[in-house]
Amino acid sequence: MTSVGITAYGAYLPKRRLNRAAIAAANAWMNPALKGMGKGAKAMCNWDEDTVTMAVEAGRDCLTGIDRATVDSVTLASTTLPFADRHNAGIVLAALTLDENSESIDVTATQRAGTTALIKALKAGGNALVLAADHRVAKPGSAQEMQLGDGAAALLLGTEKVIARFLGSHSLARDLVDHYRSANAEYDYNLEERWIRDMGYDLIVPEAAKQALVKAGVAAADIDHFIMPATQNGLDARQAKRIGVKAEAVRSNLNREIGEAGVAHPLLMLVHALEEAQPGQKIMVIGFGQGADVLIFETTDALKQLPKRSGVTGQLAKGAEDNNYQRFLSFNGQIDYEWGIRAERDNRTAQSTAYRKRDSITSFLGGKCTQCGTVQFPKSNVCVNPNCQAIGTQIDHPFADLEAAVKTFTEDNLAYSPNPPLQYGNIGFNEGGNIYMDLTDFDSGTISVGSKVRMVFRIKDFDDKRGFRRYFWKAAPAA
Amino acid sequence: MAGIRDKVAIIGMGCSKFGERWDASPDDLMLEAYTEALADAAIAKEDIQMAWLGVFFDEQNVGKSAIPLSQALRLPNIPVTRVENLCATGTEALRGAVYAVAAGACDIAMALGVEKLKDTGYGGLPERTKGTFEDLWQPNSTAPGSFAQLASAYSAKHGVDMQDLKRAMAHVSWKSHQNGARNPKAHLQSVVDMDKILNAPMVSFPLGLFDCCGVSDGAACAIVTTPEKAREMGFDNPVVVKALQLAASNGVEMSHNSWDGSYTMTTRMAAQRAYAEAGIKDPLKELSMTEVHDCFSITELVVMEDLGLSKEGQGYKDILNGKYDADGEVPCQIDGGLKCFGHPIGASGLRMAYEVYTQINGRAGSRQLKDPVMGLTHNLGGIPNRNVCSVSILGRLNQ
Repeated sequence: MTSVGITAYGAYLPKRRLNRAAIAAANAWMNPALKGMGKGAKAMCNWDEDTVTMAVEAGRDCLTGIDRATVDSVTLASTTLPFADRHNAGIVLAALTLDENSESIDVTATQRAGTTALIKALKAGGNALVLAADHRVAKPGSAQEMQLGDGAAALLLGTEKVIARFLGSHSLARDLVDHYRSANAEYDYNLEERWIRDMGYDLIVPEAAKQALVKAGVAAADIDHFIMPATQNGLDARQAKRIGVKAEAVRSNLNREIGEAGVAHPLLMLVHALEEAQPGQKIMVIGFGQGADVLIFETTDALKQLPKRSGVTGQLAKGAEDNNYQRFLSFNGQIDYEWGIRAERDNRTAQSTAYRKRDSITSFLGGKCTQCGTVQFPKSNVCVNPNCQAIGTQIDHPFADLEAAVKTFTEDNLAYSPNPPLQYGNIGFNEGGNIYMDLTDFDSGTISVGSKVRMVFRIKDFDDKRGFRRYFWKAAPAA
Repeated sequence: MAGIRDKVAIIGMGCSKFGERWDASPDDLMLEAYTEALADAAIAKEDIQMAWLGVFFDEQNVGKSAIPLSQALRLPNIPVTRVENLCATGTEALRGAVYAVAAGACDIAMALGVEKLKDTGYGGLPERTKGTFEDLWQPNSTAPGSFAQLASAYSAKHGVDMQDLKRAMAHVSWKSHQNGARNPKAHLQSVVDMDKILNAPMVSFPLGLFDCCGVSDGAACAIVTTPEKAREMGFDNPVVVKALQLAASNGVEMSHNSWDGSYTMTTRMAAQRAYAEAGIKDPLKELSMTEVHDCFSITELVVMEDLGLSKEGQGYKDILNGKYDADGEVPCQIDGGLKCFGHPIGASGLRMAYEVYTQINGRAGSRQLKDPVMGLTHNLGGIPNRNVCSVSILGRLNQ
């Protein structure tokens, strides 16, 4: 029996939860069927979040209490990577301050990308960080718009302090086109649900699951947690029954709380299961998409010793209700508002500067003066402490996880922001150091001097002219 | 002690009408200020030996270099230098001319500042890059948003309820409108009541529309020489430069936690140096007037403390008590200030000097103060986190 398995987990869900009733109210005039789907909410990215930023946050959650130097590979799975040709996992790796001498890869082009990446990493061995994130945008008024949500999950693999042992898996590729998105298409094209159920899930999932059970040496009836994302109601229970898994093992697919987070979803559900499972329980995870991946795990006693983290449970609790469908459309570029002359600013990135300063900008490393101990951002040649001013004495000092609070702030209606008012201010770090920076995720009117903040990796600016986006860190509410 | 005190006299000043000068180009504005200054000094173009041009937004204004000034006035190929130091640009132009005369490099020098903001297409100041590295991490802030930071920190530090602070800020603007109404060259010449100020739309919390200064076109000009030369020219007791100081941020406010965000550090430094240079022991008693950088009402409020005219944490009370009103202890912005005279950036420092000069010479018409002897000008260029502060003190040679 293999000793490899999951050693830690993490999750991230955008704070905003858009009520489906708000979507239905806006669109039912043209698609009355939406009314029947108008229950619950979907997690939606803020304007400054994308697959990369969510993956970074899930990764940070997963790496709570873990020495980052021990991570030796990073996999980022998604069908909504912000860059079609730029190493997305490399951005995540740098933001997480992982060793750049690590293997890293983007896995994409199927809803199975997350489960496939997980199987590959488990089989490859090593302390692999597997991240899955999706920010799928659906056509306004479509059923998918109601169903899809945004989120990210992270799993750290290894052979020591394993919390869930990998018992076996099976992958099956069969080109049943339940939906597709062509290389340059904006939206998915979806096929008929009944056909997908009858010829897709019903035939492919049990077949793959049975083979996985054989390989793992596990009986279907012994599965305690059955994980199968699906937007069709009851499809998960139906497959559990066809496989022989007991009905009570079928886990909530979280669709009502956050929607279906694509590639991230099976991993999110797995993280959720690990949070609630007892040691010695067996978990089956199914990823579906032009075939199926099935993985089987067994939790260990180490499960309860994992240091506390946010996880899916924590992220579910952090949600804030949103009823503004128009804003949701705008965040996703689906409505072309008049933003005024200030939105015309040219956000060209000087790539040579960004590269030279990548430790500051992406990895959020400031400086610490070895002579006087002053912590400062950005790291500079001459110490900023008026009583020190030593030259060349600063060593890298990570800022991402430092405790901090608002010293000064404004909510600016004049500045351009995709979610006005633009919030920014001076952030004082408990350890020392001050940064004049953007705030994010604060509801208007809730910021005050002394508000505790947490640093989060976000999109700083979009350069629409050149199809680029740049990232930096922002101050979000600490709790 | 080395310094500039009493070494340079101002013998002529001019200032264009400030405002939305849709029909005027920078050339027209420069000529307007220059013509007045030249007539005031009673000299000819050929008497000017060196010149400094202050322009902030070069790309959207007259372009780079000092050539636009040389060309607009057809100066006889004399040395002309363009300076830029954010909102202290006008004072920097003056500093160049004053230093040239003090150094003995020339007898007569001219400083001219001009800004044509209403060709930028913006209400408020236009968007601009902060530098290739800074753009990667600093907020895409606006001027009001950056200065609004002062209010949040001041309110928290001194335990002043934001509504009380808002009233003091409103009084700052109310007072400047009162003053501006008596200045025919001012951009905004109407009085505004407190309710209207307090209920104005929010621009950048907690700054409302009337907490923000005007965005104007304009130019101002000074002609300087030595006191000796001035006497030869018939100026018996000219207005002279008592002090001219500058303090530039070095990153402490940006990166070091010692600054709490509630005041402007450079103002404190520049003011102390200027008082020392001018030999001022008690600014409250010795200064007849101040023209400070009221880009936003909160700036003027904290600057009253930073200049040592109000005690720390008490400025808002002094303001509400009328200490800086036209009939107060030390009138501030008797010409309407940036708020109402307007703020064509490159010209503003020289405009402030123009008002002090005009007041000391007793030519301020209906807004004339009684026997002013010494006045202070103050510019704060940039944002509270990162700025250049200039302080000048002007007074009679023999007072």
